Amino acid sequence: MSVPFYVPPEQLTKEKAEFARKGIARGRPLIVLEYTGGILFVAENPSTHLHKVAELYDRIAFAAVGRFSEFENLRQAGVRLADIRGYAYGREDVTSRSIANAYSQTLGQIFVQEFKPYEVELCVAEVGIDGAPNAMYHIVFDGNVFDRKGFLAMGGQSDELNTELQRGYDENMELDAALQLAMRVLRQAAPAGETGARLEVAVLERDRPRRSFRRLSQEDVQSRAGEPAS
Amino acid sequence: MRNPFEGPKLFSPSFVDALRAYAPELLETRASGAGAVPEVPHGTTVAAVRFADGVAMGGDRRATEGMSIAQRDIEKVFPADDFSAVAIAGAAGPAIEMVRLFQTELEHYEKIEGFPLSLEGKANKLGQMVRSNLPLAMQGLVVVPLFCGYDARRQAGRIFRYDVTGGRWEDADFHATGSGGRDARGSLKKRWRADIDGDAAVEILVEALYDAADEDAATGGPDLVRGIFPVVATVTAQGYRRVPDDDLRKAAERLVAARQEGS
Repeated sequence: MSVPFYVPPEQLTKEKAEFARKGIARGRPLIVLEYTGGILFVAENPSTHLHKVAELYDRIAFAAVGRFSEFENLRQAGVRLADIRGYAYGREDVTSRSIANAYSQTLGQIFVQEFKPYEVELCVAEVGIDGAPNAMYHIVFDGNVFDRKGFLAMGGQSDELNTELQRGYDENMELDAALQLAMRVLRQAAPAGETGARLEVAVLERDRPRRSFRRLSQEDVQSRAGEPAS
Repeated sequence: MRNPFEGPKLFSPSFVDALRAYAPELLETRASGAGAVPEVPHGTTVAAVRFADGVAMGGDRRATEGMSIAQRDIEKVFPADDFSAVAIAGAAGPAIEMVRLFQTELEHYEKIEGFPLSLEGKANKLGQMVRSNLPLAMQGLVVVPLFCGYDARRQAGRIFRYDVTGGRWEDADFHATGSGGRDARGSLKKRWRADIDGDAAVEILVEALYDAADEDAATGGPDLVRGIFPVVATVTAQGYRRVPDDDLRKAAERLVAARQEGS
């Protein structure tokens, strides 16, 4: 009778985490930034149709880095959860906290039980209304959740990007200034010869009634970025 | 409600399918037991007309319960999404629930797929919902919607009507349904022209609803005393827009003045 090799749980967890981290670090980065009028999402994404940033509900958006098939699956489940909740109860009863919690539980379970952990990192962000503060939840591959304030970079070179964002971030930034900061930071971190990556840009706008998620066109991004920094 | 993150994977952009998979109790429409359903509020007349740049849709404000008035200011015209509108006639409870399900369905599809359904697709989806209401309709809770929207590909407004079985027909110019629908259609037939603009479309809709209220006891006319006017909305390339009450008050007052002169 063959006896399976015993692998201590510490080592197993460590190796799974190592594997997930490596996979995520290979991907292109994504930045989430709070500005005065809402929340900005900027992702390097060569595709025009396979989005990394998307709408979950009226005031809540989803952003992800890593393996597309894995986070797309999670995004669709999040949309279903939000829409069923909103339909069963009321629109204001759908919160980023409960969605972030569902993601955390799911990723945690997959990390422990599955042979291969998901190679994804997620951000669930909610823009506040009537003076309420925004919420930004950063959910990593093992189900850990971090409550973020101001800015967040995920994906490849996220440590360098977060340091750079820390240096340039100012909570009184308007949209254009926030976009310029995000673009500058992404460009600095890009490997030589890859500075012209296509950007996927979207915002959650505080003053937009009901569904506050909006994508910015490439022309809009260029014209906003072209203006002198305020 | 089951957890959408677990269980078999769902390959459908439809919200109704998601409900069936994860929260089937929210879809139950079958009335239990035999016998007639007790008296419930009914919405009455709704109408839609096509004009040069889009469509306009309107409904009176009365709900009746048998011979009495259940509500004076009920709303029967709703935005289905940014580029379409739906109006309902029939049993108010199931009808308003159907509108809510339809609105969520369109938004859900758009979020899952990343782009909205075609106008044709929206019209078909509504037909399926009407059909699934058939068991309730057999017990007297009939829901008959009217659907219209701006078709971006054809660059024109389009109107769809339904019957109780979910049958769907497109109307080229205008249509009205509900208890006063026949009278409203008669009025629209005389006043509709192919080249009318949005303002004129709103005007003839207000007049058609007035004529329906004139003939049909279950349809409410403009209530100048309480300040209750029909709900009228337009859908064009710029999207759904509800006509402000002030404009409708003026339209109603002009109409009443013209009728007084004529008599």
